[in-house]
Order: sequence, then C-alpha cells, then structure tokens
Amino acid sequence: MHQFSYLKAKSLADAAALAKANPEAKLMSGGMTLLPTLKQGLAQPSHLIDIGGLKELSGIEVKGDVLSIGAVTRHYDVASSAAVAKAIPALSYLANQIGDPQVRNRGTIGGSVANNDPAADYPSAVLALNATIVTDRREIAADDFFQGMFATALEEGEIVVRIVFPLPKRAAYEKFPHPASGYAMAGVFIAETAAGVRVAVTGAGPGVFRWSDAEKALAGGLKAGALDALTVDATDLNEDFHATREYRANLVQVMGKRALQKLLA
Amino acid sequence: MAKIQLTVNGASHTREVEDRTLLVDLLRDHLGLTGTHIGCDTSQCGCCTVHVDGRAVKSCTMLAAQVNGATVVTIEGMASGDKLHPVQQAFTDCHALQCGFCTPGMIMATAALLKDNPQPTDEEIYHGLEGNLCRCTGYINIVKAVKQAAQTLK
Ligand SMILES: Cc1cc2nc3c(=O)[nH]c(=O)nc-3n(C[C@H](O)[C@H](O)[C@H](O)COP(=O)(O)OP(=O)(O)OC[C@H]3O[C@@H](n4cnc5c(N)ncnc54)[C@H](O)[C@@H]3O)c2cc1C
Ligand code: FES
Ligand code: FES
Repeated sequence: MHQFSYLKAKSLADAAALAKANPEAKLMSGGMTLLPTLKQGLAQPSHLIDIGGLKELSGIEVKGDVLSIGAVTRHYDVASSAAVAKAIPALSYLANQIGDPQVRNRGTIGGSVANNDPAADYPSAVLALNATIVTDRREIAADDFFQGMFATALEEGEIVVRIVFPLPKRAAYEKFPHPASGYAMAGVFIAETAAGVRVAVTGAGPGVFRWSDAEKALAGGLKAGALDALTVDATDLNEDFHATREYRANLVQVMGKRALQKLLA
Repeated sequence: MAKIQLTVNGASHTREVEDRTLLVDLLRDHLGLTGTHIGCDTSQCGCCTVHVDGRAVKSCTMLAAQVNGATVVTIEGMASGDKLHPVQQAFTDCHALQCGFCTPGMIMATAALLKDNPQPTDEEIYHGLEGNLCRCTGYINIVKAVKQAAQTLK
C-alpha cells in the first residue's frame, strides 16, 4: 500500500473539518471495501479519516413508523438486532447474507450505501423501502441517491450519518450470491410500502434499479404467480466472466419469484 | 507514524508503526506472532483471522491504527500451556488439516462461530465458515471438527 496518514475523527464535525482541510483524503468506516481497494493500488488518498465507531453515526432505533440505522452500524449488528428483526425482518436477513462473518463484523451500512457497488446488497433494500439517506448536509431520497455504478448523490466530503427506513407492511429479499465473494449476481428486494409496491434489483445492472414491470404486475395486490409472465430485457444488464446478461436477466426473474413466494409464505 | 497500544493474548504491547501498517503485519513482523497467516491479497481466504475485542476479523483488512486500545487474540493465545483449546484438539482428532496453512484462521473462525452459536447445524457451520478457504479442500473433516468442538465445549 502507498503511504497515507491515518486520522481518527473525534466527532462528526471533526470528520467534516478534516475532510474539508484535506481534499485528497478518504473517509473510512469499516474499511472492508476501502482497504482492499488501497491494497490493489486503485485509490491513493493522502489521508484516511476513520469515522468507525463515532457516536453520532451509531445506533439502531425504531421511532414511530421508521427504523433509523446509524451509518457506522456493522452488518453483524444489523443482522443480530432484535429491533431490526421485529421492524423489518427482510433487512436482518439481507444483512446476514453479506459476504462472510468476518466481513459482517467490520463492514457498515453507511460504507455500503456510500460505495454503491453494483453488486452490493443494501442498496436494493434502501431503494425498495423508499428510505432516506441523512447526511451531515441534507436528506436525500433513495430514488435520487443511487446514480449508477459506484455513483451517488454525495458531494465531495459529504458524510452519510444515518439511513431512515419507513416501516413497510411487508418485505422480502432473495439473492443469488456469487459463490466466491457472496456479492449478488442478482438480488431482488420487494417491499409493500405506504407508497405502493416497490421492487429493486441489485447485482444485475450497472447499478441498483427499480423493476417497473414487476411493480406494475404487483400493483393490483401481491398474488402468487403475479411475476410469472414477466420477461426481463437483458440489453442494459451487466456481462462479465461470471455471467452473460441473458443469464443475469433470468436470475432476476427467478429471484423476483422467490422473493414474492417468501413474502406470501 | 502511529503509536499503537494493544493487548495481545493477555500481554500489553506498545509499538510505533507506519500509518499504513496492517494488523496482520503488526502481529507477524513487529510482535513475532507468525501463527496468523496471509493467504491472499483480496480479503477472501480468512487465513489471517484473529479476534479483536471478541469478534473474528480478517487482520489483513484492518489497520494496526484501528486496533489502538483493543484486545486481540491470535492462534498463539488459544492453548493454555500444553493443553490445546478444545477447537484445536478437535481439529487434531478429526484430521481437519492437511497442509495446515488455513488452520489458524479456521480455528479462530470456529471459536468465534461457537461463541455466537454453540450448537450449529451443518448449514450454520457452512455459513459461519464462509469467510475461510481451505486450498487442500478438507472441508468434510473441518465440519466434523467443528461439531466435536461444539460437543466438548457444551
Ligand atoms: C470478501 C468480501 C466479501 C464481501 N461480500 C459482500 C456481499 O456479499 N454483499 C455486499 O453488499 N457487500 C459485500 N462486501 C462489501 C462489504 O459489505 C463492505 O463492508 C461495504 O461495501 C463497505 O462498507 P465499509 O464500512 O467497509 O466501508 P469502507 O470500506 O470504509 O468505505 C467504502 C467507501 O465508502 C466511503 N464511506 C464510508 N462511510 C461513509 C460515510 N458514512 N459517508 C460517506 N462516505 C463513506 C469511503 O470513503 C469509501 O469510499 C464484501 C467485502 C469483502 C471484503
Ligand atoms: S490473508 Fe486475510 S483474507 Fe486472505
Ligand atoms: S489444510 Fe491446506 S489449506 Fe487448508
């Protein structure tokens, strides 16, 4: 790894000030994406600003009809939280499917959402559940936040503070994991929300997206077999040495049907 | 440079290291604890698994600076004198190793798994050891060893 300076932020304000003072710095939360990236020489920040464990960015709370999760909350803490299991069981399930135990013990929801890996799990939940991303500057709706491969609405030095999920009536997630990494080859999150049924797909395209055909098919009610007649257009999906775009299109359909089955079970 | 104070296997250490130093390099190169292995450069193999404040982590994917003030347990801290830890004993009894390169990480991951879930099913063992690869592919005996260790620790 190239040389950098490590800075431990003392507070959210301190982290923001450090980011402002050091334009070539990068924020580090769990480091489970950032450190491998640095090891491969794919990024060369001047400083790492460690925000892991900051109090203002921690905690899981259900208040009224929303679940709020602090940005530095680890996947393990989401997966093992009784509050999350009660409020949005599909989210606990999703968190427990990320990577492996060691990754879940370090990686955080804020890091995953800010990174917006096209094969990451959380973005599908954030988008389908119509969550809000709260930063140190503003609140961003999920529909505006994710902007394609590794791209988000975050500005230079903007820090994700927490993610706020409105509680759905019900929700389910199914993914086909890559057998080596665990990342989603295709993952489908279906949520019955106050704003209607929302379906988000990760892993298959260049970034998480809403599957509008499935949303239309489910708009009249969540019924078994409602997705059976759909086909998925492969044109804009990812193709790489793991899978062709046609294979991914098929996986989206299968994961969608499985998620629906699970939701109705 | 970063000044790191940490407790490893019960002993307190203070070292001054470059900011970019990985925990695994601090353990191996600065503290001489070479039982923790490095098997990949991509955070995937789990050979480098140690416990930080009681939880299994990949020490190749943490900076030494991130464990400042923490308590670390490595494979060297598992046995008590000549008496192997029940997980180590189970790996020996069940012939759960061939070349042995993945073994320290497997043992640390198993010990962490059994702490969270003392009586795992086969499926739960596969899920719990997802982050550890054995290049000799001796998984069947590894799963046997996890079950034996679970019995002993009961
Ligand atoms: C072997 C392995 C397997 C994995 N498998 C999966 C998987 O199956 N599914 C999955 O979804 N993920 C997977 N991951 C990724 C893992 O979930 C990461 O933890 C996660 O993507 C990033 O979280 P982090 O806290 O580690 O972020 P970091 O690595 O610390 O940061 C990632 C990026 O986000 C930025 N950032 C971090 N926090 C904030 C913040 N609060 N505000 C603004 N920017 C911020 C950083 O600057 C950096 O650019 C895997 C990782 C590994 C190593
Ligand atoms: S050496 Fe750490 S995961 Fe392979
Ligand atoms: S025993 Fe050789 S790598 Fe596992």
